[in-house]
Amino acid sequence: MQDFSFHKPQNLAAAVDTLKKRPEAKALGGGQSLIPVMKLGLAAPSDLVSVAGLAELRGIKVDGKELVVGAGMTHAEVADSAEVKKAIPALAALAGHIGDAQVRNRGTLGGSLAHDDPAADYPAAVLALGATVVTDRRKIAADDFFRGLYQTALGADEIVTSVRFPIPEKAAYAKFAHPASKFALVGVMVAKGPAGVRVAVTGAGPGVFRQADMERALGGRWAADALAGVAVKAEGLNADPYGSAEYRAHLIGVMARRAVAAAG
Amino acid sequence: MPSISLRVNGKSVRAEVEGRTLLVELLREKLALTGTHVGCDTSQCGACTVHVDGRSVKSCTMLAVEADGREVTTIEGLAGADGKLSPVQAAFAEHHGLQCGFCTPGMVMSATDLVRRNPGATEAQIREWLEGNLCRCTGYHNIVKAVKAAAQAGGK
Ligand SMILES: Cc1cc2nc3c(=O)[nH]c(=O)nc-3n(C[C@H](O)[C@H](O)[C@H](O)COP(=O)(O)OP(=O)(O)OC[C@H]3O[C@@H](n4cnc5c(N)ncnc54)[C@H](O)[C@@H]3O)c2cc1C
Ligand code: FES
Ligand code: FES
Repeated sequence: MQDFSFHKPQNLAAAVDTLKKRPEAKALGGGQSLIPVMKLGLAAPSDLVSVAGLAELRGIKVDGKELVVGAGMTHAEVADSAEVKKAIPALAALAGHIGDAQVRNRGTLGGSLAHDDPAADYPAAVLALGATVVTDRRKIAADDFFRGLYQTALGADEIVTSVRFPIPEKAAYAKFAHPASKFALVGVMVAKGPAGVRVAVTGAGPGVFRQADMERALGGRWAADALAGVAVKAEGLNADPYGSAEYRAHLIGVMARRAVAAAG
Repeated sequence: MPSISLRVNGKSVRAEVEGRTLLVELLREKLALTGTHVGCDTSQCGACTVHVDGRSVKSCTMLAVEADGREVTTIEGLAGADGKLSPVQAAFAEHHGLQCGFCTPGMVMSATDLVRRNPGATEAQIREWLEGNLCRCTGYHNIVKAVKAAAQAGGK
């Protein structure tokens, strides 16, 4: 791994300032994606700016009809949070099944969203719940945030500070996990709430996406068997040694039905 | 070079490290605590698991500079000053939870985090918790048995 200067800023403004002044700098969350990527030489930042511990990125609270989760909260903290379990149990369950215990003890919500791995779990929750990604400078709607394969709407010097999740009436996430990494071969989050009926799919395509036919079917009637008539096309889906595009298309149907059944 | 100070197994330590120095490199190469193993160096196997402020982490996937001001515990820090094994260590010995022993320090550190957090852990919860720790020898059966016994004995 190429060496870099390490910065531990005292506050958010100082962190943004360092990122702005050093164009080759990168934010460091829990390092559970960035450090492996740097070891492979796929990223070689001049500077790393540690953001996960910033006070502005910490905390979990219910604010009116939304659950607000700090971008620096680890997957383990979200999974174990009494507030999250009460407001959006599906989100706590999702966080509790990311990777393994050690990864959950370090990895953060903000890092997962900024990295936007096509098989990551959190993007499905953010998109299905119609959440808002809050940064140091603006608010970004979920529908505008994800831009396909490792791409987001974030600027190079922009820091995610929190995510505002509208509290749904019903929601559940079902994942067919890769047996070694636990990343989603296919993961489907379904939700019915203030943002309407939404179905988000991760792991199957180049990035997280909404499944409009399923949303229509579930909007008509919220029941697993309402999905029976929805055909999922394999076209454009990922194919790799773990599963063909056709297999992933099939899994989208199975995971969606499981998620609706679990949501009740 | 950044200078950091932290506590390792209860002792204060100061060290000069590079930004890119991994926590596991600090432990093994600078502090000669070679009980922490590197199996993969790609965040998969858990052989490098240590505790930072009481939580299990993969020390090959954390920078040494991030441990500045923190409390780190390695496998060398689990037994008592008199050499008495911790309950999890004793249970691994008792139930033959190891063969070659390569994965064992990581397994023991990970299991110690679990039994502190969830002393009543069921077999399913133990297997799920140990997903981040790979063992090439045992087939996991006796590892799970050992962790279960330690959990029932009250852990540590
Ligand atoms: C063995 C293993 C298994 C895993 N399994 C899963 C899995 O099943 N599901 C899953 O979803 N993920 C999985 N992951 C990935 C894990 O969830 C990571 O924690 C996550 O993708 C990145 O979060 P991080 O905080 O570690 O970010 P980092 O690795 O620190 O950073 C990742 C990227 O985000 C940027 N960044 C970090 N924080 C911010 C911020 N606040 N604002 C703006 N940019 C920021 C960084 O600059 C970098 O580009 C796994 C990882 C490992 C090592
Ligand atoms: S050496 Fe760290 S996870 Fe394998
Ligand atoms: S005992 Fe040999 S790898 Fe686990």
